[in-house]
Amino acid sequence: MSESSARLNISQQKDVSVVEFTENKILDEMNINDIGQALADLISTRDQPRLMLDFANVDHLSSAALGMLINVNNRIKQQNGQLRLANIKPQIMEVFMITKLNRLFRILPSRAEALGSFE
Amino acid sequence: MSPTNGQSSRRNKRPALSKRSVSNGPNGTADKGLHFTIPSDFLAGRGVQEQILEAALNNGFNEESVFAIRLALEEALINAIKHGNQLDPSKNVRIDCEIGPRRAEIVIEDEGPGFERSRVPDPTAEENLCRLHGRGILLMESYMNAVEWSRGGRRVKMVKRNKG
Repeated sequence: MSESSARLNISQQKDVSVVEFTENKILDEMNINDIGQALADLISTRDQPRLMLDFANVDHLSSAALGMLINVNNRIKQQNGQLRLANIKPQIMEVFMITKLNRLFRILPSRAEALGSFE
Repeated sequence: MSPTNGQSSRRNKRPALSKRSVSNGPNGTADKGLHFTIPSDFLAGRGVQEQILEAALNNGFNEESVFAIRLALEEALINAIKHGNQLDPSKNVRIDCEIGPRRAEIVIEDEGPGFERSRVPDPTAEENLCRLHGRGILLMESYMNAVEWSRGGRRVKMVKRNKG
């Protein structure tokens, strides 16, 4: 099963939904709302959702994007699911460190490591 | 379900550039001032951002500094347009920049009610980590060399030095 939108590539690897951001900037309010809605839709269709977000293409993100990611994390937790972030570039990782969101999210260096980390 | 895309007819128009002045600095170096007055509109903010980043690149700011300016500008403009002016189309945001080879200074002022910096909660505190908002100021202050609020929080001056 795979779904996609202009801003996301969504595929399934066993029981994990793998979501790849296709754009290099997650900045615009409207883009962020679209992405948040697509991810909310995806989560709502699954029982105990397992989601991996692949940031390989992402060069820029804003605090609004961080808010959207936290919202996704909250929804997944509510449904007893698991979220992993992977492939975050050093410049973007710094944003997670400054905001201390590296403590909130499970962040893995690669897709393979993220996939292997689901419990 | 995928989100509905293509509904938006967002055009990539340039923002209203109210005044642009280029004058000579004290040592004969080009001292470029960029001045904008824009409505409370994200797209207009985006256009201003692009022109300021272009000026930073043209002045030899390195990739790291341009990344920092982009992020701080994004946060400051969203603050002014959304939180300051509350998207009120009758209110404007004024942006004044001085960008040279060593230093970029950006001043952004909105027409909103202002705010008190000291009353903004620390978003990195354990109890605030799950909050959806409130990280913009932290990012501005982390990525710029100086951030000063004045006029009751309606005006912010940000400085970035170019490490070259």
